[in-house]
Amino acid sequence: MGWLEGRFDESVVTTTLEQAMNWARESSMWPMTFGLACCAIEMMAVGCSRFDIDRFGAGAFRATPRQADLMIVAGTVNFKMASRVRRLYNQMPDPKFVIAMGACTCGGGPYYMYGYNVVKGVDLVVPVDVYVPGCPPRPEALLEGLMRIQDKVKGMKSLTKGQPIDMPIPSRTGYTLLPTELAPQV
Amino acid sequence: MATANLAITDPTVIEFDVRTDEMLVNMGPQHPSTHGVLRLVLRTDGEVISEVTPHLGYLHRCAEKIGENVTPIQFIPYTDRMDYLAAMNMNLGFSMAVEKLCAMQVPEKAQVIRVIIAEMNRIASHLVGMGAYGLDLGTFSPFLYAFREREMILDLFEEVCGARLTYSYLTVGGAHDDLPAGWVEACQKFLDYLKPRIDEYHTLLTRNHIFVQRTANIGLLSKQQALTYGCSGPMLRGSLDRTQGDPEFDLRKIEPYCGYEQYDFKAVVPPFPEWVPAGAVIGDAWHRFMVRMLEVIESIKIVEQGLRKYATAQGSHRIDPPKHLPPGEAYVETECPRGQMGFYVVGRFTKDPVPLRVRARSSSFCNLSVTNELCHRCLIADVPAIVGSIDIVMGEIDR
Amino acid sequence: MTPAAILDVLKQRFGDKIKSSKLDGPDPFAVIDPSDLLEVCRFLRDDSRLGFAFLNCISGVDYLEPDPKKAPKAGFAPHLEVVYHLSNFAPKERFHRFGLKLILPRWKDNKPGALPEVPSVTSLWRTADWHEREVYDLCGVWFTGHPELTRILLSDDWQGHPLRKDYEFPLEYHGIRAR
Repeated sequence: MGWLEGRFDESVVTTTLEQAMNWARESSMWPMTFGLACCAIEMMAVGCSRFDIDRFGAGAFRATPRQADLMIVAGTVNFKMASRVRRLYNQMPDPKFVIAMGACTCGGGPYYMYGYNVVKGVDLVVPVDVYVPGCPPRPEALLEGLMRIQDKVKGMKSLTKGQPIDMPIPSRTGYTLLPTELAPQV
Repeated sequence: MATANLAITDPTVIEFDVRTDEMLVNMGPQHPSTHGVLRLVLRTDGEVISEVTPHLGYLHRCAEKIGENVTPIQFIPYTDRMDYLAAMNMNLGFSMAVEKLCAMQVPEKAQVIRVIIAEMNRIASHLVGMGAYGLDLGTFSPFLYAFREREMILDLFEEVCGARLTYSYLTVGGAHDDLPAGWVEACQKFLDYLKPRIDEYHTLLTRNHIFVQRTANIGLLSKQQALTYGCSGPMLRGSLDRTQGDPEFDLRKIEPYCGYEQYDFKAVVPPFPEWVPAGAVIGDAWHRFMVRMLEVIESIKIVEQGLRKYATAQGSHRIDPPKHLPPGEAYVETECPRGQMGFYVVGRFTKDPVPLRVRARSSSFCNLSVTNELCHRCLIADVPAIVGSIDIVMGEIDR
Repeated sequence: MTPAAILDVLKQRFGDKIKSSKLDGPDPFAVIDPSDLLEVCRFLRDDSRLGFAFLNCISGVDYLEPDPKKAPKAGFAPHLEVVYHLSNFAPKERFHRFGLKLILPRWKDNKPGALPEVPSVTSLWRTADWHEREVYDLCGVWFTGHPELTRILLSDDWQGHPLRKDYEFPLEYHGIRAR
């Protein structure tokens, strides 16, 4: 801020517009009420008095994706549900963030081996910002995940760089290569 | 439907002879009051429902296929994830099915621990059921109150097994560990704390005028319907009438397991003359809710007796199960918070620790199948009130 | 009533339509032919002594050892079973349970892909509606006379019946990797 600092009264804070916007955005994340399975109960516990997600400004659970900017995928996603999760994600306005809560959404969890109907990680369906492992994660873990999302928001540079918000790209394509395919073809 | 002479206060009566179009409304799978990922397709005529079709399977997690690939002890954690609000009761049901197949006799101390833990989880489950039902009907406070008490039960469970939600504590042959030192006193202290709180819930919901208006005489389920649809638990008992000579259909009473016959408690069967508000009739949503509330009181009684029994209980907290399952099949039903939960285990003929088939008979599955009958000719706004009174858990329905 | 008494009542009424029975195991059951199922079930439900008002559960069990090396020692010939668990609605003294079992070929007329057929008991117990849909969905048993026999848990375009022992897990579903 250089030359601006110290020129005003003590009650005035100087900052950049971008930082102010990011600060406002990170302090009022609106999650979507979207409980899928067991983890949803822990998500409810986070919203209740003991853990109280409202302390971090994310307590306004919205019933519709169109008003939410944080999607907490709480629970196993299966193939029947996958297209719905995708549609809900598409309905959310930008900028939007996704927390994959629980082992099932991180990568199939206990249903990896014999779960013929379970999506092995919700990142095959929607891009994920923060993974919160655990089966189910403790409420403190979900709060930690929320703070990591807030860190991410703090670093957004949508104004100064004049570029669209840096959206996360799924790091997995969904297909794994066999060792024979990895080896250079002769 | 030209019925202009009827009272206009009844919104299900269309006063004028106006032709309205039928409409299909999708409720779910993402809907705050369908308790998870249930999808209901409502065929409505204006505001009046003519047909409800539940669509399941949005949480089908292949538990039965997993059951025939892992040993029973390994399967216990998957039973946790079926009915995640009453995971201890699920552990108990599956363990009992395996024990029945292996013809194991569980020692007395393990039985007492099982009863204490299962009833504590019933209290926790009914608290969530009550809080979430309030949430469905638009009141948030009971939910916060219920979770305040539930967190204390979870603290007790955490002391016992280290987990908050998925415990895997009751296992084949008894309980995984003995109760830790000082747990009995802590539990008794919690029960003394809980007992006066129940009156708070009654003032918040049971006697609340809006709540009574939303639930009394809504979603009537007759005894005959309940029987033919295989409803069980509070759903069935809410439709029974003690004065008509209906049996106390609670498996803890009629088919006692884990030594429930030694405990002094009542199966909760209507009528409740000292509670019933004007307008409520047996079989409606209010009665189903009330059965759950009164079951909490009975569960407290059982836990207190169990804590006294625990001091003198003989034997170990666990015996080792045999290495191989014997051939044959066993089907066991237990009384879970949501109804009769059955487990069917088939052993292999070869010496193998892995069962040939594991089947879970889900209580919510049967309870939910009656939705179409309950919602017939009701208003759209009553659908959450009816579905909430069934108190479903999708993990158990879809398995 | 004791299981033996229930079986006696059944044998008096149906004679050799009761193919076999097992009373000494953890759960007593009787084996009947699929063609007699409706008749026997109606008797079980309506007889005043038996009065099985509840159909607790319908389960399909696939008896098959997919590993050809283990198959000779498995102890059973490949077949499919449908098990009905019944109980009555009565106080403690008169409460009883009983099981019915149908033994079916794994495929109708041994033609792979043709589902074996069982008459539906939906007309007797409404519980059977969803349970039969589930057995059809997961185990692949066709219930004739069922009002709407469609998949219930899996999506409508799913291939195969997962609880068959020779079921192969899908590699992908609608573009999503499945393994």
